[in-house]
Amino acid sequence: MKRRHTFLVSMLGFGFAFFYIPILSMIVYSFNESRLASVWGGFSTKWYVSLFSNKQVIDALILSLEIALVSASIATILGTMAGIALARFTKFRGRLLFSGLVTAPLIMPEVITGISSLMFFILMAQWIGWPAQRGFTTVTLAHITFSMVFVTTIVQARMLQSDRSIEEAAMDLGSRPWEVLRDVTLPVISPAVMSGWLLAFTISLDDVVITSFTTGPGSTTLPLLIWSKVKLGVTPDINALATLMVGIVAIGVVIAGIFMNRAEHRRQRDEQMAFRANG
Amino acid sequence: MEGNRLSRWFDRKGWSDLLIGAPYVWLLLFFLLPFLIVVAMSLGTKTPTAPPISFGGDYPLFNFQGYVRAVTDTLYFRAFITSLVSAGIATLLCLLIGYPMALGLTRVSKSWRNILLMLVILPFWTSFLLRVYAWMGLMGRSSWFNAGITKIWNAIVPAGWAVDFMPMMHSNFAVVLVMVYTYLPFMILPLYASLERLDPTLDEAALDLGSRPWQVFLDVTLPQSIPGIVAGGMLVFIPAAGELVIPTLVGDASSPMIGRVISDQFSSARDWPMASAIAVVLLVLMVGPAMIYSHFQAKAEGSK
Repeated sequence: MKRRHTFLVSMLGFGFAFFYIPILSMIVYSFNESRLASVWGGFSTKWYVSLFSNKQVIDALILSLEIALVSASIATILGTMAGIALARFTKFRGRLLFSGLVTAPLIMPEVITGISSLMFFILMAQWIGWPAQRGFTTVTLAHITFSMVFVTTIVQARMLQSDRSIEEAAMDLGSRPWEVLRDVTLPVISPAVMSGWLLAFTISLDDVVITSFTTGPGSTTLPLLIWSKVKLGVTPDINALATLMVGIVAIGVVIAGIFMNRAEHRRQRDEQMAFRANG
Repeated sequence: MEGNRLSRWFDRKGWSDLLIGAPYVWLLLFFLLPFLIVVAMSLGTKTPTAPPISFGGDYPLFNFQGYVRAVTDTLYFRAFITSLVSAGIATLLCLLIGYPMALGLTRVSKSWRNILLMLVILPFWTSFLLRVYAWMGLMGRSSWFNAGITKIWNAIVPAGWAVDFMPMMHSNFAVVLVMVYTYLPFMILPLYASLERLDPTLDEAALDLGSRPWQVFLDVTLPQSIPGIVAGGMLVFIPAAGELVIPTLVGDASSPMIGRVISDQFSSARDWPMASAIAVVLLVLMVGPAMIYSHFQAKAEGSK
């Protein structure tokens, strides 16, 4: 018996139209000849040309990528350590505070994280002379702090699902703790670590609020540049920039999706074959 | 021998200490300490120095004026109400749109489901700022979208109410609309996760026993999805209540939301105590209910 779900399917249609019409409209208008962002004046790719010759945009993009690479990598190391620690060490002094510290940045409003980091950096500069000026270092430190907890959440969830007995077997067979980590634990959780890195990278690349508080003169990331421009209104070159960014992300997500689908199929097939072989 | 002892100490204790210690110290230094500074600053007194704060003078050690003003001054009070009401309406609308979508996702075929799930997640990976910006383009007075809405409006209302364009930008309506747009995936995904786990045979059984479809929904599906509703609701409400980007870009400057007030007090007015006190009050208002809920949920889990 197959029931029809007219209402649910039409809600899905409405929802996806709601999701994608604004983005599609932005893409269409990025090819607009007219300077007026919302009046159609014919097809043109001139905004893309002007974008690639705009040094400000290129510099901001490079700075954003540098900050995102450094902060995502350090955040992944620290976040993975915290995730393993929380999943494996059930009792240690200060565990309650530690797990609180790992959850709190997830729900802290960005404005508050921003002003608290800025006050911290200003007072530190006053007390111990560091950081002498705000810019790359301070932004990166702030990004590491709020993106590492996302890595922790992902890694911890994966650790709790994984089978502990393999690690115990390796220990019983005489492996030292760090060898168990290197040879058993890390290979098992590596997909989670990789998605953690990707998430931290995206969060850093996308952040406006915390960056705007912790940056200094001369260090303008791409979101900050966009932010200062869109506060003044809609412009066709931002439409072009947005289209490029959305396009790159969409291609990346589709490729990742195809790979994950294939891996999932292969895993299911292997499981079925193993099941048949044993049954 | 010395190296051997060192490596044995490392295996036994140093190893776990490092694993716990590095992220712990990092979060203590770069998260807890800055937050404690905010709490301390909220009790200070504004001065024209750099940094613009002192402890002592007329208010030895603690000055609670920031809190008194945060709670009594109508400007701040209205900003709190505007934020909480806007975030509340946005959360409710996300639930009303997101629930049928999540339920629909569980009813489509498996191959469609993966594609549609990817389409729900895709906006999440694209820039938040640009998703807000996309709506600025649509809501502007000369856009095709605004023109279309204006035409529909003029066709259905009496002639006296006709307008040249819809004043959508720079209003609380725009803030709520864009909040729903940007936070809807946060509602759909936890709802889908909790609905996907439900046993479809329960629905069938209720239908076979003569329940109408909407009764099945109210009695069987809805009660079982409450954890998903709460999780999605918190994921939307908490960031929406402290939102800064959306109200700055599409909001009404004459009735600011609390995130903007904190930022303005801090940056423009250079009033650290005021900004910090509002921040602490906002956190108590938002995190308080969440902690009470998780306390009761932990109790309920424990009594099972």
